[in-house]
Amino acid sequence: MQNLIEIKGVRHAYQTDSGPLPVLDGLELAVPEGGFVAVVGPSGCGKSTLTRLIAGLMKPDSGEVWLHGERVKGPRATVGMAFQNPVLLEWRSILKNILLPLEIVPTKLSKKQAEERARFLLSLVGLEGFEDKRPSELSGGMRQRASLCRALIHQPEVLILDEPFGALDAFTREDLWQTMHRVKEREPFTGVLITHDLRESIFLADQVVVLSGRPARTQYVLDIPSRGPRTLDDLYTPEAADQLNILRHQIQIAQGRAPAEEARA
Amino acid sequence: MNRHLRAIAVPLIAVAVFLAFWEWLVWVNGWPKFKMAAPSDLPPAYQRHWHLFLSMGWQTLWRTVVGLLLAVLFGTLLGMIMGFSRTMRDALYPLLVGFNAIPKATVVPIVALMFVGQHDFNTVLLAFMISFFPIAVSVSIGLSTLEPEYRDILRALGASQATIFWKIALPKTLPEFFGALKVAVTLAFIGTNLMEIVSPHGRGLGALFDSGRTNSDFPLMFAVLIALAFLGIVLYYVVVALEKIFAGWAERSPG
Ligand SMILES: Nc1ncnc2c1ncn2[C@@H]1O[C@H](COP(=O)(O)OP(=O)(O)OP(=O)(O)O)[C@@H](O)[C@H]1O
Ligand SMILES: [Mg+2]
Repeated sequence: MQNLIEIKGVRHAYQTDSGPLPVLDGLELAVPEGGFVAVVGPSGCGKSTLTRLIAGLMKPDSGEVWLHGERVKGPRATVGMAFQNPVLLEWRSILKNILLPLEIVPTKLSKKQAEERARFLLSLVGLEGFEDKRPSELSGGMRQRASLCRALIHQPEVLILDEPFGALDAFTREDLWQTMHRVKEREPFTGVLITHDLRESIFLADQVVVLSGRPARTQYVLDIPSRGPRTLDDLYTPEAADQLNILRHQIQIAQGRAPAEEARA
Repeated sequence: MNRHLRAIAVPLIAVAVFLAFWEWLVWVNGWPKFKMAAPSDLPPAYQRHWHLFLSMGWQTLWRTVVGLLLAVLFGTLLGMIMGFSRTMRDALYPLLVGFNAIPKATVVPIVALMFVGQHDFNTVLLAFMISFFPIAVSVSIGLSTLEPEYRDILRALGASQATIFWKIALPKTLPEFFGALKVAVTLAFIGTNLMEIVSPHGRGLGALFDSGRTNSDFPLMFAVLIALAFLGIVLYYVVVALEKIFAGWAERSPG
């Protein structure tokens, strides 16, 4: 099977005042079409850098980033992004915020069709009736939902999520997890989710990639076998407990708090 | 009380109380007209010189506005240069701060001597020089503190720098810009009047004030002060109205 996203031996260092800071060192990642990969790793190990590479916002010092069989050389319209900060434009209504990407990328949709699609996405994430509200009138969770709609409006092949639920309280977060599953059913995409919440990673993704501490390389890959639609109860099964244990242990290794000989299980 | 009525009545009452206090102060101390004017002296002063007030007031007004418009253009441009380029910011900032630190009262005689007789040019120049600084600083800070994610959501789709500027950076700095414009409009007004007062045979309300001073005509001088205050208030609220239109979204309803 061809991988939609393929990252091979990527190295990157930032130039800082105190010399080069190696951030990624021999990173490997492959995501098949329609797959959803969660990336976890110690804080500051280079996860956001990874998303910027996939989005074509920057080039690696060496190594290759491939998207749909093409080498990534710069930004491309087939990518949608959402961050921890929802970055909605305060001077636009929610509807106009969501339509923003269509003002940049070429689209076949008429103005009316585009609006219909935006309304459909809003209803999908449970925000119907909020089209004309300003972002400041929405709660944090609602803003994040709107930000998700904006990332999807132009039907991107790849959805990149950099800790999108990181700033939300636990209940809102679990709500949004379920929303994500609903969205994935209706709006197929290939996803990369950066997160520091292990439960989130096994609930949403079908593969969890653990990065080592900085400079990051791929330390461990855990497949999450899927048995039909997931519910929150699945997080409290023995399988889930095993998966969480493995991941927790791998994170400890990545943080240098556990001996590394078991790193490649 | 009705809210609209209150919004108008409360400031009016405050002004009336202030005028009454002023009148009382002059009356109680028995100050003569060549020492201090009372509010009741002002209407006759306006009556005698109303045509002068109109023409001079217009002079002051248009020169302030032209100076301010130049400051907006130049300040925004400078702010953009400093906001987008770290190097330019490091290079220009000390120069700008140094220039701003020079008390403009010392610049007035120099400008007046350099361009003798060119009242309009001199006045506009000073209004401009004194007011572009806050605009340049606010625009540059607004642009340079734009969170990278704002840029990235558009850049990831292949948007050009110009598009990002028009769609995000510019609207996002509008609240800061208008905050600075409120300061700048007051400064430009001060600049205009400084020049008008110092320049010989000047024009504008500043010159009218100066003629009142040479004749020890206190009622005229105070009448000019009040007229200046009035013009200043008008200019300020024009900016506030523009802010409501273009950056009203930034306003949080109180409470
Ligand atoms: N533009 C930059 N210039 C210099 N150093 C940078 C730059 N961006 C990030 N870094 C550094 O590179 C390292 C990795 O950054 P990155 O944001 O990719 O980490 P992260 O895994 O996303 O962190 P977090 O878990 O906090 O989100 C950090 O130590 C950071 O300080
Ligand atoms: Mg990050």
